[in-house]
Amino acid sequence: MGEKILMKGNEALAEAAIRAGCRHFFGYPITPQTELAAYMSRHLPKLGGTYLQAESEIAAINMVYGASSAGVRVMTSSSSPGVSLKGEGISYMIGADLPGLIVNVNRGGPGLGGIQPSQSDYWMATRATGHGDGHVFVLAPSTVQEMADLARKAFDLGDRYRMPAMILADGLLGQMMEPVELPEPLDPAALPPKPWATTGTQGTREHNIINSLSLVAQILEDSVIKRYERYVLIKDVEQMAQLEYVEDAELVVVAYGAAARIARSAITAAREEGIKVGMIRPITLWPFPTKAIKNACATARAFLSVELNTGQMVDDVRLAVDGSVPVSFFGHTGGIVPTPAEVLVAIRKACAGETFHLLPYHSTLKAGE
Amino acid sequence: MSNTATENVSDAVRSATREAANASPDLNILLAGFGGQGILFAGKLIAYAGLLDGREVSWLPSYGPEMRGGTANCSVCLARTPIGSPLVIEPDVLVAFNRPSYDSFVDKVKPGGLVLVDKTMIDVCPLREDIRFESIEATQLAEDNELKGLANVVAVGKLLQLTGFSTVGQVEVAIEKSVSAKRHDLIGFNKKALAIGYDTVSPKDCDR
Repeated sequence: MGEKILMKGNEALAEAAIRAGCRHFFGYPITPQTELAAYMSRHLPKLGGTYLQAESEIAAINMVYGASSAGVRVMTSSSSPGVSLKGEGISYMIGADLPGLIVNVNRGGPGLGGIQPSQSDYWMATRATGHGDGHVFVLAPSTVQEMADLARKAFDLGDRYRMPAMILADGLLGQMMEPVELPEPLDPAALPPKPWATTGTQGTREHNIINSLSLVAQILEDSVIKRYERYVLIKDVEQMAQLEYVEDAELVVVAYGAAARIARSAITAAREEGIKVGMIRPITLWPFPTKAIKNACATARAFLSVELNTGQMVDDVRLAVDGSVPVSFFGHTGGIVPTPAEVLVAIRKACAGETFHLLPYHSTLKAGE
Repeated sequence: MSNTATENVSDAVRSATREAANASPDLNILLAGFGGQGILFAGKLIAYAGLLDGREVSWLPSYGPEMRGGTANCSVCLARTPIGSPLVIEPDVLVAFNRPSYDSFVDKVKPGGLVLVDKTMIDVCPLREDIRFESIEATQLAEDNELKGLANVVAVGKLLQLTGFSTVGQVEVAIEKSVSAKRHDLIGFNKKALAIGYDTVSPKDCDR
């Protein structure tokens, strides 16, 4: 057991990435993730790695593409508008079957939006990180400890399946400090080999080619379907969720990241009132933990999705529930963090048999209403 | 054998620490003042002491689009169970380092809560009668003791005296862990500031 230390989420993620064997970071500053890049700028050069502040997010993601092609663990980080810019490069990585970690410390959107915590990029992360017909892993930490733990998980998943992996955090998790126990460092040289990487043939093998261009329709279809088969496997074996009080729950709250922390406080209060409510906290947003949700349908009479947006993940909850029970939504957006008291109000409503999509104006919904 | 003995001792210490932490009430603290007054650092000391005590802790800065000299505040939670929202909306304790912060947050303090102000910066008596009001000349005391810039730590010492959120020994360790390695020379000054705050008895000047 290592010592627990107090660290910001952004810094814990950065240190954990280094300990996962990542020695190369390409990025561009943006609030609220800048501490992550700053940490890398201090530490990577000392380890013989690369820290490079690129001229733009687009340049940075293409540098990630290049480094990943050479077989090393590499990452970039940004926040919402910056991740939009990276979209094209991420799609190229998907098309070229390249791993790589992309961190999105989500802020309020659309457009330049604000810099306060938000989950407004759920759709972008899980549906269309870029153009085309593909996916990235999307992992959603809820504590500073998970910011660290999921960094390693993201690298491992990405390498195993040759796919980009995204950590979707938010300003709250990035900026807050909590105790964290950092994982033991890995030696980058001891990581599993990547025989596909473009590391030079030494005259002993055929050339490896990393490319996402495929102009012959049949070849492209075959490659997309082959990748799709990998997605089917991933959806079957890589779903992750944390279940709390779900066994006897008549109402199941679904929430991830910062929203799950607030929901947990509300659920504790609701349980004290005798309300049988539990929580499914997705840790993988893609693949979405449909199995946990389907299983909960055995006892649940209703679901309630709590998010920091106007209702995005609720779509996936509905798809998983498949019409068997009603699904309600409660959220704040724009950087407003809901209070546990507000979520408790929504829990009471859902338990009373109401189905709703509730977006209160902050000034008008008071606790107890 | 000696290893086992050491482990037993440290286990005993750890469980005693955990017991003490479990006995302490949950505390949601809001520290607020100008940027540059060391608000975030003061919050970090409190959170670190809580960590050393074996409690659940969180620290969250305000990071709005503030300008230099603008307001800065910081939420610190000390708890027995995992912390939900780290954002302190209704503090048990408000530590205010300037008038605008006091005015913004005094009405948010829970009934029965504590308000501690730096009296050098805020000359005020509260309108509320359902809170405990305490003050310390933190900035003045820091200056008088050649500890300019450490009014924040003086206030942490006073808060420790008032609430017993941890012990002097633990906050001293928190100081050692929080002051950057490059500025080791500052550790002694911080400890001195902590002691001054902890030992200062402030007059009851608001007549209540």
